[in-house]
Amino acid sequence: MSVYLGIKEVWRNKGRFFLFSLVIALIAILVLFTAGLGEGLASANKEYLEKLDAELLVFQEGTGYSTVESRLDYRDARRISRVEGVADAGPIAFSNAKIVFENNLEPIDVSFIGVEPGKPGAPTATVGEGLRSNRAKVALVDQRVAQAANVNVGDFITIQVTQGTEEELYDLRVAGITDGQQYFFRPSIFVSLPVWDMYRPKADPSVSSSQPAVNVVAVRANGATTLGGLPAAISSAVKDVESTDIKTAYESAPGFAEQQSTLNTIKAFTFLIGALVIGGFFQIQTLQKIPQIGMLKAIGTPNPVVATASILQIVLVTVFGVVLGGAVTVGLSLGLPSGVPIIFTGTSILIAAVSLLLIGPIGGLVSIRLALKVEPLSALGM
Amino acid sequence: MEKTNIIETQGATKIYTSSELTVKAVDEVSIGVKAGEFVGLVGPSGSGKTTMLAMLATLLRPTDGRLLIDGQDLVTMSDRERTRFRRQKIGFTFQANNLVPYLTALENVELMLRLNGTNGKTGRQRAEALLTRLGLGDRLDNLPAQLSGGQQQRVAIARSLIHNPSVVLADEPTANLDTERANQVVGIFADLIHEEKRAGIMVTHDLRMCRYVDKVIQMVDGKIARVVTERSEIDLLAGSSEFDRLAPGSTDERQSPASLSSPRLKAPIPAFAGGD
Repeated sequence: MSVYLGIKEVWRNKGRFFLFSLVIALIAILVLFTAGLGEGLASANKEYLEKLDAELLVFQEGTGYSTVESRLDYRDARRISRVEGVADAGPIAFSNAKIVFENNLEPIDVSFIGVEPGKPGAPTATVGEGLRSNRAKVALVDQRVAQAANVNVGDFITIQVTQGTEEELYDLRVAGITDGQQYFFRPSIFVSLPVWDMYRPKADPSVSSSQPAVNVVAVRANGATTLGGLPAAISSAVKDVESTDIKTAYESAPGFAEQQSTLNTIKAFTFLIGALVIGGFFQIQTLQKIPQIGMLKAIGTPNPVVATASILQIVLVTVFGVVLGGAVTVGLSLGLPSGVPIIFTGTSILIAAVSLLLIGPIGGLVSIRLALKVEPLSALGM
Repeated sequence: MEKTNIIETQGATKIYTSSELTVKAVDEVSIGVKAGEFVGLVGPSGSGKTTMLAMLATLLRPTDGRLLIDGQDLVTMSDRERTRFRRQKIGFTFQANNLVPYLTALENVELMLRLNGTNGKTGRQRAEALLTRLGLGDRLDNLPAQLSGGQQQRVAIARSLIHNPSVVLADEPTANLDTERANQVVGIFADLIHEEKRAGIMVTHDLRMCRYVDKVIQMVDGKIARVVTERSEIDLLAGSSEFDRLAPGSTDERQSPASLSSPRLKAPIPAFAGGD
């Protein structure tokens, strides 16, 4: 009965309900884009760290898990790998570089990351091969770099770095291409640590080491059971270090928490607006229908039927609006430039979509309560 | 053999109390209505007739007294039982807002069957036949907004009868209709109540409509002031303004001695098919 009443009303007032679904669709587009932007920005910050084949990152003590501030001895990785419960450890060093082109193409800013081949931190290649040797002047490049620079395995790329006061150019052969490995809003290229130390921007170009100071050490544990006590074990075995899990590490990146909290605030307000708009619409509609609801109750329609019909309408309108908004969002996202940091995959999008579906019934609760409280006598003016 | 009452009230009383005031809206009213009997409940505003109707419709609980329909005590019923009782045993026509605006005439009538879980092919045929009989055979698929006031009231009458209720109640069914439409609507109503042996009560301000009822109960200040059962007296009441003289206290709804333009409609009802 409630389905009959709910559907009939929507069907016979298609225009009104469709217009309202459009409003919900617009809210959905806004929420999904905000969520996508949040996901995209977060990913641009953390993609490399999130995909690390490691459970812990070790930092210099007192640096607040900042990869920029932290400095570790290259040999710390060896020491850490000997700690009980550690399966393997690999040093990682971060820097920046620019890929330049001969044909005046726009240079590409990249994260220039030094890793130890075969150790945690060195990504695997999806095309070609990974880093094998510490000496070879080869690089693993992020698929975004490969795409933007139009390079394939075996091609050469030229990186430009500032050493001393000079702009230096270095050629690197592309040994392999990795999946997306952004770090700090830039796609990454990976080289061995000796090559990294040779080519990285630095004040004195003549100084380089095969065992340079690194920023962090990635630690792969011997099974999850030992993970709880591992940071303490590492800290006691190696001087002046502190370790944390990967999530805490990327959340500690400068600006990450602020950025995400800003986006979450926007999302929360959009949800609030959505709930208020939906609530307001159904409230006004229920107010207009009070005599009709009173009549339905007077002829013997039970309260649950009246309430369920209202809930059904709210759900229908919300689902239609969210699906419509989702479809438009997907359509719009296909036309976005590749540089826009919006990602429509991931749990945050799913959560946003589910939350959007929930705000309808939540917003409509007041109107349902109002419908339930309608007294036939007063509604009919008797 | 004396027919038993379908509707019976014994000392029905309704008292409204507020912090400053206590009002006896209905004061120990005892009435009885038999199957096939159509009763007009008249009286000035505030006389308690609508409160009486609301109590009979199980929309209001009495403060005291007994109310019985089909032998069932309305006073002791739970809210859920009252709701079920309303949709099964009572047919209701209101002054306005009678129909669900997004349902067609046919769907509005079928609504009572759906509520009672008795809809289906047979139910639809009955609804169609009833509406056709009420002159709305060509308006089955029209929405209420596409019907005139009189047509809407006839749909409401069909809805109030489709589920074979024991009792049919009407609250000012002609308040928004002109004289001609009012006569048509109440005439049909009376005919159907008589034919289908329902117990009917109509609350009305319009004394001219009393010509269609079998008994007139006049209420004043919550009490029964007069019961008129003689046909000649009822017709006199319906055709003159002598009601005030007959029933002291009725001061605010003086009726003009209008000569009624439409005689009582006799079956077959589709005589005025085509609508208003």
